[in-house]
Amino acid sequence: MAKKPVQKQEVDTTGHSWDGIEEFNNPLPKWWLYTLYVCIVWAIWYSIAYPAWPGIKSATAGYLGYSTRAEVAADIAEVEGRNAAINEKLASVELASIADDAELKGYATSAGAAVFKTWCAQCHGSGAAGAVGYPNLQDDDWLWGGSVEDIHLTLQHGIRSETDDDTRFSEMPAFGDDYLEDEQIASVVNYVMSLSGDAKDASLVEAGSVVFAEDCAACHAEDGTGDRAQGAPNLTDAIWLFGGDYDTLVETVTYSRKGVMPDWNERLTEAQIRAVATYVHQLGGGE
Amino acid sequence: MGNYIKLVVLGLVALFALIAANFGRDLAYQVNAITFALAAIVTFVYTLRNTGGPAQTVDLSGEYMDGVVRAGVIATAFWGVVGFLVGVTIAFQLAFPALNFEWAQGYANFGRLRPLHTSAVIFAFGGNALIATSFYVVQRTSAARLWGGNLAWFVFWGFQLMIVLAATGYLLGATQSKEYAEPEWYVDHWLTIVWVAYLAVFVGTLVKRKEPHIYVANWFYLSFILTVAMLHLVNNLSIPVSIYGSKSVQVFSGVQDAMTQWWYGHNAVGFFLTAGFLGMMYYFVPKQAERPVFSYKLSIIHFWALIFLYIWAGPHHLHYTALPDWASTLGMVFSIVLWMPSWGGMINGLMTLSGAWDKLRTDPIIRMMVISVGFYGMSTFEGPMMSIRAVNSLSHYTDWTIGHVHSGALGWNGMITFGALYFLVPKLWNKERLYSLSLVSWHFWLATIGIILYAASMWVTGIMEGLMWREVDANGFLVNSFADTVSAKFPMYVVRGLGGVLFLAGAIIMCYNLWMTVKRSPAVEATNHVVPAE
Repeated sequence: MAKKPVQKQEVDTTGHSWDGIEEFNNPLPKWWLYTLYVCIVWAIWYSIAYPAWPGIKSATAGYLGYSTRAEVAADIAEVEGRNAAINEKLASVELASIADDAELKGYATSAGAAVFKTWCAQCHGSGAAGAVGYPNLQDDDWLWGGSVEDIHLTLQHGIRSETDDDTRFSEMPAFGDDYLEDEQIASVVNYVMSLSGDAKDASLVEAGSVVFAEDCAACHAEDGTGDRAQGAPNLTDAIWLFGGDYDTLVETVTYSRKGVMPDWNERLTEAQIRAVATYVHQLGGGE
Repeated sequence: MGNYIKLVVLGLVALFALIAANFGRDLAYQVNAITFALAAIVTFVYTLRNTGGPAQTVDLSGEYMDGVVRAGVIATAFWGVVGFLVGVTIAFQLAFPALNFEWAQGYANFGRLRPLHTSAVIFAFGGNALIATSFYVVQRTSAARLWGGNLAWFVFWGFQLMIVLAATGYLLGATQSKEYAEPEWYVDHWLTIVWVAYLAVFVGTLVKRKEPHIYVANWFYLSFILTVAMLHLVNNLSIPVSIYGSKSVQVFSGVQDAMTQWWYGHNAVGFFLTAGFLGMMYYFVPKQAERPVFSYKLSIIHFWALIFLYIWAGPHHLHYTALPDWASTLGMVFSIVLWMPSWGGMINGLMTLSGAWDKLRTDPIIRMMVISVGFYGMSTFEGPMMSIRAVNSLSHYTDWTIGHVHSGALGWNGMITFGALYFLVPKLWNKERLYSLSLVSWHFWLATIGIILYAASMWVTGIMEGLMWREVDANGFLVNSFADTVSAKFPMYVVRGLGGVLFLAGAIIMCYNLWMTVKRSPAVEATNHVVPAE
């Protein structure tokens, strides 16, 4: 690189010096000053165009009539208007017929996915694979039934929801409270484990089957396959809501679980509930 | 006589603190009360040991008070490393949630450590840097010893006590849940006392200056001290539930509280991290470059414009919330007009080097200061841009904000502080030069690459997350769940953590270099005599 020819002559300093520091008397850089002016002019215009200056009771509204609330309300109204007809159709047709109407099913699935990701994913996971205590919705193991009508009813009224009288309700007793002795619980747990795999202590299975027949079969059925009408899980399929190891099962039998799902009929519209039912139904396990 | 009054006061303080510890209703309060009592007892013993001896008659007025600046330099380096280490820790806690160990729940999980990180870097690292450099600069540019004798030492130790109270309080769960103003009411009261003492020392020194004019760095320092006092008092207006408990209730509520908080929060950035550090810049850049400041006129105009405009910009933190539109507009408008006044400082910093650009090749300290001013310019452009409502609707609540803050904090505040420390240590410990300039270069590159990894990963993840949040399908329905955006951010979170590791490594190298400078560098004669420039 060629060396710069002659240094521009320097301006004077202000004449002061602090600990050896001096200051040049350079003028304000022109581009800096004009950009500042442009910003100020823009600011004045903008604050006239948009709501800006506060008075005693209200503020200037701005000549463009802009408001963030009006903007979002317009956006929502636009989408709602666009979807009004199909929402109405979704809310009124036979539930079972939604799957037969390709357009309606496509709409309901994407609407249901959005609702699911907002309201349901917290417990069931954003992919609906569930978590400990929250059922996997992708498999075909259903506590209360997997037809679209069953799912719809569960969504509407929830499970053990205190705010809905029509909620799905089942109550497994806490067998540790005076129902069963610890040895009986240990034996019945071994029996239950043997239904889908290996018991922890095979010698207790025999005794456990007696306890099961007396205290559990009424809901879980004599063969342990459960009863959807009562929300009693199938104990033979090796799918566990809270876990199938010995300690977890002892805890379940001793204290009971009583998981809760909210009822959604207050918070979601009928079309939204049907959309979620359609979405969950098509995940893989729908019946 | 004065010492006897001090002893009585300290004894009473220790007694009351111990009574408070005894009646304390929660663990954080009790630990803080005991800490406070211990501080009072140590000071009591120290004062007692210095009482009753022959009166000191040495006249120190001809010498700068550098002991407290030395202590401040050590504290700055120490808290810096602590703050960066906690930052790296929480960065990896976000990337790998398993690092929120079960056994540490309630003490060292992300929620408890996050305010520890922010307070440690802003107030402990940044605050000590500001106090130490302001004490150094105001003495040199006023040609006067610090006013108030040991009051400066009270400011130093009082500030450290505030840091320890706040930090232990966070870990034990005492917080008023206001970002950057988390300490509870009694820590706020204590900081108020310390801050008033700080103001007194600073103004007292300016008043007895031997130079005819007040140097520009001191305008910035003074505006920082005064405004922070005002912000602190208003934002911490709260009523304790009990004088024996840490919990307090805010005086403001709802959107008024939010507005007060972000008026405070934004001006903590404006006056603590901008005005105060511009004070540092205005002294250390011309000193290190050995060149006059570029423009006196520019310094006046941008100073007054900056401090007038900054104070109104807070509402841009609350776009699209319950805050009325008019306030949001004004916050945005003032932020945009603030752009050029902020850049005035950058121009004055960079142009001061004109005629000395060759030093960038030879002097890694100047390089550090220049890149610091560069990051200052970048983040003061990015800030006004993000305050624009349309941009903010994408950037708000995303990691872009975190990236923005860190390019300012690591790039501007961190680098200018490192530059100042490298400048100060040889002077304060009467050494000929730094132990190693090549270690400064190592620090420079590690820190710079660290910042770039940090800022770039946060831009990517922030914009990605903003776009994912607003992504809708053909029917207008949201496509992604919140958890989808979280899992998509994972690779960038790892990169961010690595950037933090590099920055931390640079700071540790600096500590080693400064330590070896004090230990090994050849000594020179002390230069702390008060000499007016002319």
